[in-house]
Amino acid sequence: MDQLLFGAVPYIAITIAIVGTIWRFTSHRFTWSSQSSQFLENKTLFWGSFPWHYGIIIILLMHIIVAIIPGVLLSLNGSIGFLYFFECSGLALGFLALFGLVALIYRRLSNNRVRAVTSTWDVIVLIILIVQVVTGLGNALLYKWGSNWYAASAVPWIWSVILLKADPNFIGTLPIITKIHIFNAMVFIAFIPFTRFVHFLAFLNPLKYLGRSHQLVRWYSRSERTENIRQMK
Amino acid sequence: MDVRAQLSMQFNLDKCIGCHTCSVSCKNVWTTRQGAEYMWWNNVETKPGCGYPLTWEDQERYRGGWELSGSTLRLKLLKGPGKLRTLANIFFQPNLPTIDDYYEPFTFDYDNLFNAPAGDDQPVARPKSLITGEFMDKIVLGPNWDDDMGGSPLYATNDPNLKGLSASQKELLTKFHKLFYFYFPRICNHCLNPGCVASCPSGALYKRGEDGIVLIDQDTCRAWRFCVSACPFKKPYYNWDTGKSEKCIFCYPRLETGQANACAHACTGRIRTVGVLLYDADRIEQTAKSSDDRIVEAMRDIILDPNDPKVIEGAIKNGVEENWINAAQNSPAYNLFVKWRLALPNHPEFRTVPMNFYIPPLSPILHQAKSDSGGCFDPETSDFWNDIDKMRIPLKFLANMLSAGNESLVLESLKKQMAVRIYMRQQRVGDVGDAKVQSVLSDAGLTPTDCEDIYKVVTLGTFEERFVIPETHREIKSTVDPRTMYEKRGTVGFGNKKKELLGRSW
Ligand code: SF4
Ligand code: SF4
Repeated sequence: MDQLLFGAVPYIAITIAIVGTIWRFTSHRFTWSSQSSQFLENKTLFWGSFPWHYGIIIILLMHIIVAIIPGVLLSLNGSIGFLYFFECSGLALGFLALFGLVALIYRRLSNNRVRAVTSTWDVIVLIILIVQVVTGLGNALLYKWGSNWYAASAVPWIWSVILLKADPNFIGTLPIITKIHIFNAMVFIAFIPFTRFVHFLAFLNPLKYLGRSHQLVRWYSRSERTENIRQMK
Repeated sequence: MDVRAQLSMQFNLDKCIGCHTCSVSCKNVWTTRQGAEYMWWNNVETKPGCGYPLTWEDQERYRGGWELSGSTLRLKLLKGPGKLRTLANIFFQPNLPTIDDYYEPFTFDYDNLFNAPAGDDQPVARPKSLITGEFMDKIVLGPNWDDDMGGSPLYATNDPNLKGLSASQKELLTKFHKLFYFYFPRICNHCLNPGCVASCPSGALYKRGEDGIVLIDQDTCRAWRFCVSACPFKKPYYNWDTGKSEKCIFCYPRLETGQANACAHACTGRIRTVGVLLYDADRIEQTAKSSDDRIVEAMRDIILDPNDPKVIEGAIKNGVEENWINAAQNSPAYNLFVKWRLALPNHPEFRTVPMNFYIPPLSPILHQAKSDSGGCFDPETSDFWNDIDKMRIPLKFLANMLSAGNESLVLESLKKQMAVRIYMRQQRVGDVGDAKVQSVLSDAGLTPTDCEDIYKVVTLGTFEERFVIPETHREIKSTVDPRTMYEKRGTVGFGNKKKELLGRSW
């Protein structure tokens, strides 16, 4: 069972994500959007969007950074002060994200206008996210020092997946709630191309914005084809 | 010198009758799709009034346009140095207008008129929201909600252009014999220093080099909505259904084939003219940085004389085609804005260097009779001239709208318009006297030929005289796969959300 869930599913999810993203980008680029609904409702959104995005982005970054340099964290966590600090700030950010997410779900359910622009995909998105945040927080609350064993067991598994020799044994002994967290993360990855999740793949453009000049000019007669019209030859 | 061409539209406010034909023809062509119902790329407002979206001119509220801090120009939206601040607001934009600042789009339950069961009462068609599909209790706002309400205490008094008016001038809002209003048609200004382009984190907005039209690349837009906030004229609109922003495209598919814009073509008052300007792209930033009292002059400076051989040479070097240069030489835009100095830009102090121009309205100066105490015009005399600055529409109000508060520019334009009338009266009726006409013309800085030409283009202009639009022959410059035509069918080229797999769309 573990072999299937944590040995094969990661590759399936990643393949779906990559192939799906390329497919959507090449053939449905028009649909690539964050689908903001602030225009229809902007009061509850403030309490949802800010805490959610800032909470989850920092937590996600931490996951990624630790996955890259697990050793650094493990040695830092050797000091009890840092361990406390790290765990508590993680927990606080987790609750911040949860608070935002609950506000966002409430907004989608309660506001008629927002409901009118809610698709089935959006519902799936919210379910995936709430499962992820709740299991993540559950981990942190029920089992102590999650950051340590994330670095010690989950990270090696992640690396084993990346190095194409997925070894579920690394995480075989983890509690069920952690396994749900990990499995749900793979579902999340698989759904990226098909939902509004695609909007965070667009982060490169905003970063480019920091460096570009303010004004942009395009000349349709100076290149063979217009940049804004896709060629399908 | 970097010579580029720019398409520009001019509006003779004196003649706008507020019929909204322009808005309706624009809507019928471009914005009848779901998510775009509330958009009016062309709209006509009553001034004084709140406009659409409500109080769009109030940049303390919306923070559109640019501000000068020291010698640097920055987007007002940023509220601080650097673009980082913009990105920090990417998840929630404090200054974004919402649908309630425009209006909730609605239809009526017409079915009920036909299908209601027989009863004692007339069946009614209740309003229905086009967003939720539910019945609405009542309609509280529309695209021209304060139409013709020039003296209303709710709308007219909240016009942001009233700032700086004296109490006696503000009587125009309450005293019946001083009331006035005029119409103000608006489209995107296709600015030289557009706030919309500068604010887009995705780089989806761009200005076309060949004709200056500002467009949103629909495939690159990611719905960050910064353009909506950063444009001080509120002319990009967010399509809540497709999750893309859209804006006035200056009818470029029509212009490219030499046809006039749908709004201008349909204009019943024939108030609009369209033409080409040549400008110096090297000086845009410098122009946008000019002080408020200089900015209109700076904008006139940056427009180049299309008959100057050096300019023509520069234009050819930059690939401006011959028919474009010819059009620039016969351009109503150049004549009205630069040569005759009749037309003025809308809110140049927002520093986007807007490229549409308005001839300020002269009427109803002749209706404020002297006998009516406090009036200035004595209908018993033949002196139409001296008190032009005391007309019913306060100069300050027009100056706040059209010249960054610079009253002398508005006065100059009004004097010229009056001079043309006096000149034409002498031609037709002959009761003014040549000497009087002479002095009026030299005072206004016009020659008899100018008067004839102005008269022609603002009153009698034929289609060809009002719209001097060169074709672009884009078909030989770019290759468009015909299959994209089918992909975007039914959406006037904007694209469709696919209803695939689960439910509505992504
Ligand atoms: S008026 Fe048009 S070009 Fe100018 S900032 Fe607004 S949307 Fe952009
Ligand atoms: S069609 Fe012409 S006259 Fe009528 S409202 Fe529009 S600009 Fe004014």
